[in-house]
Amino acid sequence: MKHLLISRIESLYHTMLRIRRVEEAIAGHYPMQEMRCPVHLSIGQEAVAAGVCAALRQQDGVFSNHRAHAHYLAKGGSLTAMLAEIYGKAEGCCKGIGGSMHMIDLAAGFLGAVPIVGATVPLAVGAAWAAKLRGEDKVITVFFGDGTFEEGAVYESINFAVLHRLPVLFVCENNLYACYTRLSTRQPDRPIHTVATACGCKAVTADGNDALAVFDAASSAVADLRAGGYPVFLECSTYRWREHCGPNMDDDLDYRPKTEVAAWKAACPVSRLAKILGTLDEGQNFMAHAEREISAEINTAFAGALAGGIPQQTDLPGYLYA
Amino acid sequence: MPETIRKITQAEAIREALEQAMTEDERVILIGEGVPDPKGVFGTTSGLQERFGMARVFDMPLAENGMTGICIGAAISGMRPVMVHQRIDFALLCMDQLVNNAAKWHYMFAGQASVPLVVRVIVGRGWGQGPQHAQSLQAMFAHVPGLKVVMPSSGYDAKGMLLAAIRDDNPVIFIEHRWLHGIIDEVPTMPYTVQLDKAAIRRHGKDATIAAFSFMVVEALLAAKALADLGIDLEVIDARAVRPLDMTTIIESVTRTGTLIVADTSWKTGGIAGEVVAGVTETAFNSLRRPPLRVALPDIPAPTSPHLTKDYYPDALHLARAIVNHLGATIPDAELVSRLSRSTPHDIPQREFCGPF
Repeated sequence: MKHLLISRIESLYHTMLRIRRVEEAIAGHYPMQEMRCPVHLSIGQEAVAAGVCAALRQQDGVFSNHRAHAHYLAKGGSLTAMLAEIYGKAEGCCKGIGGSMHMIDLAAGFLGAVPIVGATVPLAVGAAWAAKLRGEDKVITVFFGDGTFEEGAVYESINFAVLHRLPVLFVCENNLYACYTRLSTRQPDRPIHTVATACGCKAVTADGNDALAVFDAASSAVADLRAGGYPVFLECSTYRWREHCGPNMDDDLDYRPKTEVAAWKAACPVSRLAKILGTLDEGQNFMAHAEREISAEINTAFAGALAGGIPQQTDLPGYLYA
Repeated sequence: MPETIRKITQAEAIREALEQAMTEDERVILIGEGVPDPKGVFGTTSGLQERFGMARVFDMPLAENGMTGICIGAAISGMRPVMVHQRIDFALLCMDQLVNNAAKWHYMFAGQASVPLVVRVIVGRGWGQGPQHAQSLQAMFAHVPGLKVVMPSSGYDAKGMLLAAIRDDNPVIFIEHRWLHGIIDEVPTMPYTVQLDKAAIRRHGKDATIAAFSFMVVEALLAAKALADLGIDLEVIDARAVRPLDMTTIIESVTRTGTLIVADTSWKTGGIAGEVVAGVTETAFNSLRRPPLRVALPDIPAPTSPHLTKDYYPDALHLARAIVNHLGATIPDAELVSRLSRSTPHDIPQREFCGPF
C-alpha cells in the first residue's frame, strides 16, 4: 500500500515537474521572439492537470482552453509537437495554424483546446453524449477557469449533461482571476461548486495545489461516471504565478495583494510533493533522476521543434473543408 | 426497383430526406426545439421519433448556443447531428459555436477532425412574423469560411441537398423558406443527392439574367413568365448555394445576356446580392451592357402589421417593375399589374405558383 502511494506521488511529481520545466523553458526562450504567438503559462496550476489526468485512461477525452499546456502534457500530448506548434512549424500539432492556444493530440485523447472562453465546455458534453450514444466506455473531461463559469454556455452544457446523465467531468480551476479581474468583482460571494450542485451535478472540491487530493477526487468522480453516475463538477482552488498572457511575472501591476501571491507560492504544488519525496532516500533519487531526464527531454524537444519545417501558406485552403 | 417520381410538398420532401438519411446511416441524429412535438417543425420532422426512437430524435432545452456546441462535440466524436431551428433568428444565439468552432475546427487543427453537422434554419415572411421572426440572414453565415450555406428553392433540391448536406463532412447551414414548404414538386422516392455548390438555370432567356435566392426564385419565375408575354425574355438562375456561390453559372449567363439582376430575400446592404454583383463586375465587367441591379429588402427590419409589409417584401410585380425600369422598356404598368396582381393577400403565399418548378 505504502509502495503504491509512493509510486503515485512519484508519478504526479514527475508530471508536474515536467510541466513546470517546460513552461519555464518556454518563458526562457520567449524573449528570443521566435515563438510568435501568445502563451498562457500554467506555472502554479500543475497539480490540477496532473491529478485529474492521472485518473483518466488514454481513451478518455480531454478538452481545454487557452491555458492548455499543462492539460495537454498531463494527458500525454507530444511535447515536440506542442513546441513545434508554438514555434509555428510544420511539425506542430496544428501544423502552425493554431499556436499555443490550439492544442490537440488525438492519439493521446487530448481532443482540443481553444481560447474562446467556455467554447469547449459544450463540446465536451457533446463528446460524452456521442460516447453514450455509441456505447463507448469513455469519460470526457473539460478544464476551464473561474471566469468560464460566468459564460451562459456552461450552464446550458451542465443542464444537458445532467438531463441525459452523460459521463462528463467538469473541472473548474479557480485561480481567482480572469486576466486582471478578481473573482469577487465578477461573481457573488458563494462557492462556485454550489451552483453546479444546484444544477444537478455531483459537485466536489479539492485543494488544487495538492496533486494527491486532486487525484483522489478525480478518481472517485471518474469511477462514478464509469458506473453511469451523474456528471461531476470538481472545483479546484489554485493560483497562476505569472502574467495572464506572456512569459513574465506581472506583480509590479499590483492587481493581486503581495501577501496573497506569497501565500500561494508558498503552497507550490511541486514543492509540496518534493517535500514528501525528500524524506525518503528513493524519493531523493527519483527527483534527481527526474530533473535530469526532463531536462534532457526538453532540450531534445526544443531542438526538434526548432529544426522543424516551414509550413506552406499554399496548404491553407486545403484545410478549410473536409 | 423502378424509380418513382411523384408530387409532394417541400416539407414532405425534407421529412423524407431526414427519414432516408437516418435509415442509411445510424450516426445521423436529429435534434431541435419541437422536433418530436405534434406539429413536427411544420411537418418536416413528423413521425421521426416514432420511427427512429428517442435515442436518435430529440427535443432540446432552449439553449441554442450550448446545444450547438454539444452537437459539434458529438459531430467531432463520430455522430452526424442535424439540428433544427424553427426560425433562423434563433440561430443568432449559436453564432459563437458556429463561427468559432464549427467553421474552424477542421481548419485550425489542420484537418485532424471534421464537423459533419447540418443546421436547418427557417426563414419566414408575412403573416406578422415581424422584426425577430422573419430575418433572412444568409449573408451573415456566408461570410464565414468553413461553413457551407445553401438555400434550395425546389422540393427536388430540398431533398437532394439535405441528403448531400447530411452526408457532407462539413458544417452546412441549410436555409429553408417557410413559404416554400407548401409548394409541390416532382420528387423521386429513392434517396439521391444534389450538389451543394451548383446553381441551376430554371428558365432560359436572352435579355437579362436574374440570379435569385430561395423564395425569390418563385417571384422571379412569375415575373419572367409575365414579361415573356410582353417581349422580355429573362433567364432565371436559382443560386441554390450561398457559400460557395456558383459564380461560374451566373457569369456564363451574364456573358450571354449582358444584364445582371439579383433578387435576394434579405437586406441590400452587406447582402449576398452585392457579392454576386461584385463577382460579376470583377470578372465579366465587359460583358455588362448596363449596371447590375439588386432587388432586395429595404434596409429596415421587417415590420409586423400587414399595412406596413405591403411593399416591404419585393414580389413578382415589384420585381417585374424594377426589371422593366432597369431595361428601359416601354411597357405600361397596367400590363404588369394585370398579369401579376395576386389573388391572395400579400402576407400569405400566392396561389399563382404552387409548383412544380
